[in-house]
Amino acid sequence: MLEAQINITLKKTVSDPQGQTIKHALVSLNFDKLSNVRIGKYVVINIEGNDKKKAEEDVKDMCKKLLANPIIEDYSFQIREI
Amino acid sequence: MKFGVVVFPGSNCDQDCFYVIDKIIKQPVEYVWHKNTGLNNFDCLILPGGFSYGDYLRCGSIASFSPIMKEIKRFGDNGGLIIGICNGFQILLESGLLPGAMLRNTNLHFICKYVYLKTINNETPFTNQYNNNSILRIPIAHNEGNYYIDDKGLKELKENNQIIFQYSDINGTVNKESNPNGAIENIAGITNKNGNVLGMMPHPERSSQKELGSDDGFLIFKSILTFLEKKI
Repeated sequence: MLEAQINITLKKTVSDPQGQTIKHALVSLNFDKLSNVRIGKYVVINIEGNDKKKAEEDVKDMCKKLLANPIIEDYSFQIREI
Repeated sequence: MKFGVVVFPGSNCDQDCFYVIDKIIKQPVEYVWHKNTGLNNFDCLILPGGFSYGDYLRCGSIASFSPIMKEIKRFGDNGGLIIGICNGFQILLESGLLPGAMLRNTNLHFICKYVYLKTINNETPFTNQYNNNSILRIPIAHNEGNYYIDDKGLKELKENNQIIFQYSDINGTVNKESNPNGAIENIAGITNKNGNVLGMMPHPERSSQKELGSDDGFLIFKSILTFLEKKI
C-alpha cells in the first residue's frame, strides 16, 4: 500500500489574507521574527499496490484535474510505502 | 423562450431564479438536475447560487464535474446563453467556461449586503436593457468572491470588453472603498470572449421586485428575453 501526502498552497503571486491574519496573531504572541505565513491544504490518499511510478503519475494527474486550481494554487507531494 | 435552472446538491437560490422566470418575466422554466446527461431544448440556462457540495475543496470545484456539466459546456460552446450567479459563477470558473478563479474575501468574512454595481458593457445579451454606467443596487452573499486573474488574463478581459459589472459606490466611483471583497479591479461580473456566458457574484434574482427592496436585477432577465426574441 502506498500513501500520497499532498500539499496545496496559494501561489506566491496570490495574496493570502488567512496567512497574513495568522501572522499578525503569531506576532502578537511575541513570535516576532516571522517574515511570512502561508496557509494551505493537506490531502492524504492511500493507493493500493506498490507501483510508485504509476502512483506518482496518477497523483500528479489528480492535482492537475481536481485537487489544485492551477490558476491560483501550487502543489507538491510525496509518496511513501505504508 | 425556455429557461433551465440547474440544480446541484447544495444549490439554494434555484427556487428564487425559477420564481423570477416563471412569475416575473413569465416564461417557461424547468429545473435541470445535475445528474441529467441531456438538455431539453433550452434557450438559456441559469446556474444558481448556493453551496454546491458544501463548498468542499474549492467552491464549485466538485460541481464542475457533475454529469450535466459536459452538456452545459457543449451548450455554451454552441452559443447558448448561460448565466451563473454567485456559486454558479464559481462553477463556471472551475469548469473553465469563464477565465480566472475565486479567492476568499480579503476580510475573511461572509459578506451579505446590498452593494452598488456599475454597468461597464451594455452590449451583451445580459445587459442590453441597461445604459452604460447604469448604477445598480443588488445584494451579494458570499465568502469567496475575491475574483483573481493574472495580468495577461486581465488585459484580455479588458481588450474584449468582458468586464460587465464593477463594484462601485452610489455615484459610480470604482475604488478600494467600494470594493467589498478584494476582487481585482472591483470585478463583479464577466462574460466569456463570445459574450454568451455571464458570471456574476451579486444576486439579480433577489432584486427583481420592488417589494424585496430593489428591482435593479430584473433588467438582466429582461435583457436575456429581449436578446432571445430579437434573435429569432
